[in-house]
Amino acid sequence: MKFLLRRIGFYALTFWAAVTINFFIPRLMKGDPVQSLINRYQGQISTDAVHSLYVLFGLDKNQSLWDQYWQYWGQILHGDLGTSFTLFPTPVSEVIKTSLPWTIGLVGIATIIAVVLGSLVGVLIGWRRGTWADSILPVTTFFSSVPYFWLGLLFIALFAVTWPIFPGSGGATPGLEQGWNWDFIVSVVQHGFLPALTIVLSSIAGWILGMRNMMVTVASEDYVTVAQAKGLPERLVMFGYAARNAILPQVSGFALSLGFVVSGSLVMELVFSYPGIGYALFNAIGGHDYPLMQGIFLVITLSVLVANILADVVYVFLDPRTRQEA
Amino acid sequence: MSNMPLDPAAVALDPETQVDPVGTGAAKKARKKFVFVRNGKSMTGLVILVIFTILGIIGPWIAPQDPNASSLDLLVGPSSAHWLGTDQLGRDVFSQLLVGTRGVMLVGLIAGVVATLLAVLFGVTAGFLGGIGDETLSALANIVLVIPQIPLIIIIVSQLENAGNVVVALVLAFTGWAWGARVLRAQTLSLRGRDFIEAARASGESTWRIVWFETLPNLTAIIASSFVSTVTFAVLAQTTLSFVGVMSLTDWSWGTVLYWAQSNQALNQGAWWWFVPAGLLVAILGMSLTLINFGIDEFVNPRLRLAGMSAGQMRKHGIRPRIGFTAKVRDLPRTYAHPTPVLAQQAAATSTPEPKEAVR
Repeated sequence: MKFLLRRIGFYALTFWAAVTINFFIPRLMKGDPVQSLINRYQGQISTDAVHSLYVLFGLDKNQSLWDQYWQYWGQILHGDLGTSFTLFPTPVSEVIKTSLPWTIGLVGIATIIAVVLGSLVGVLIGWRRGTWADSILPVTTFFSSVPYFWLGLLFIALFAVTWPIFPGSGGATPGLEQGWNWDFIVSVVQHGFLPALTIVLSSIAGWILGMRNMMVTVASEDYVTVAQAKGLPERLVMFGYAARNAILPQVSGFALSLGFVVSGSLVMELVFSYPGIGYALFNAIGGHDYPLMQGIFLVITLSVLVANILADVVYVFLDPRTRQEA
Repeated sequence: MSNMPLDPAAVALDPETQVDPVGTGAAKKARKKFVFVRNGKSMTGLVILVIFTILGIIGPWIAPQDPNASSLDLLVGPSSAHWLGTDQLGRDVFSQLLVGTRGVMLVGLIAGVVATLLAVLFGVTAGFLGGIGDETLSALANIVLVIPQIPLIIIIVSQLENAGNVVVALVLAFTGWAWGARVLRAQTLSLRGRDFIEAARASGESTWRIVWFETLPNLTAIIASSFVSTVTFAVLAQTTLSFVGVMSLTDWSWGTVLYWAQSNQALNQGAWWWFVPAGLLVAILGMSLTLINFGIDEFVNPRLRLAGMSAGQMRKHGIRPRIGFTAKVRDLPRTYAHPTPVLAQQAAATSTPEPKEAVR
């Protein structure tokens, strides 16, 4: 119980820190966002409206910083993330709502593939240590050391320009009706293939290595030797005895990595012009769109927090030892 | 650190590697010293790293051309005049990469050193203080750990006008120390309860002496591995930041080359010489750092080392390789420190790892 309370306290503290950082980002920055908005509309905004714009964006100069801070909290707790500058009348939450599913769908599926595949390969390599299987490790390490956006560029050059098998940019063919119809789904899968391949290739090495190292460690435990000595089938010992115990850190690692689903591939989306969160963030940075930047940063932080909570819960479920300590 | 999180469990030191058992001969000591260097992986990594460091230092002097000097050879492929071709303004890509090496290495070094110092400061202090101080420092590290690094760095750096390499390195360091601090704290906590620390305390050594001469030497491997991971991360992050164009474009770095290549449609024009080498350089540097980390991991966790014979050797001797079972054949020239295997086995029996301590 004490453990639970401490965790809740920690999450509340982190949430507070994230919101506070978020609040200060546009205020510490040079340049006036409202002024840049006025410049964008070049005289179409009357001078009377300028003050109301400041108020709208929560940058009222007549208010103290403290009041602005409280106001910001009030907005956040009401789920109001402000109004986007670049897509002017659209609320930030609307922008995030349209781009989030793209990111979660693509990166989520890619992460699951990487974890499952990586863990399986890791089990096999760990079990067959000292054989040729060890040479897989350096190869995968190479792929994980490559900047993944560069891998993406290479794939575009090869499979979208030289041999146009896959489309090189976008999330789906424009003009298709979005929804559960066959053409749209096929188009989404085609567009998502190269980005997903990039993510899987660049992230799988970590999963392989983690699983392999745990396998090696667990495999020298006595119960594995006993299982061998009993003459149990190799496969049963490998999966039922060794892998089963070695997978624990992988599972909690997976839960943690879910938090990076939203933020982990910002640049990939830029390279592939994929209509997800990362693309929106870079557009926001390019257009000095502070509310959108803040909103996206908040969503990313929240997803990491949720993933952490998930990892905690999963760990307590899987490992009885943590329950006793608590 | 998305690259390769250091698993605290894997890092949990086996007591025998860090606490030098009493009564080891000078020969054994000398052998132990070179375990890390003898490791083929870490040796390869170190050699590559040294080459890159030298290039970083002398790169701008040996570059055949001024990286900013345009020529009339627009966008031509590799030739004897331009080893890696030219870009859309006729600038020499090879020179750009050579000059850019310094920036990349500088960011890696500064970020690595500053982040490691912060990690040691926070981690060891938290581990030694205990109580409310520990709670506060740990909470701070955990918050920094949870707040997503890359988006934060991109937002911060994009707001700084013309952020140079040093600024970026510092931003990377101040957002990237937390993982190292967490691992170091866990290990410090476990060390603090060991007998030799208790003995030092009982013999009246000051806390400073215990921290500097008893604890830190036993944390060397973890500190080194956290340094290497931070450098890896910093190199990738620097490349990413200059690729997306939020860093100053006047300093050359590998990411800057990629930025110009991407913004000038190098891909669609088939100018592979423009963007392939830069990415390969990052990959090779990253791989050398990862290899060094492998070496450290194996040094720290003997279970990851290949014990006894390799599977091929076992098969030659007619032994079926199995996991969890180490074959030892007497007449094989293994590295026994003692004259006879019998003695070695006794030594092994006395220094068998204690039941694992729970590292919180």
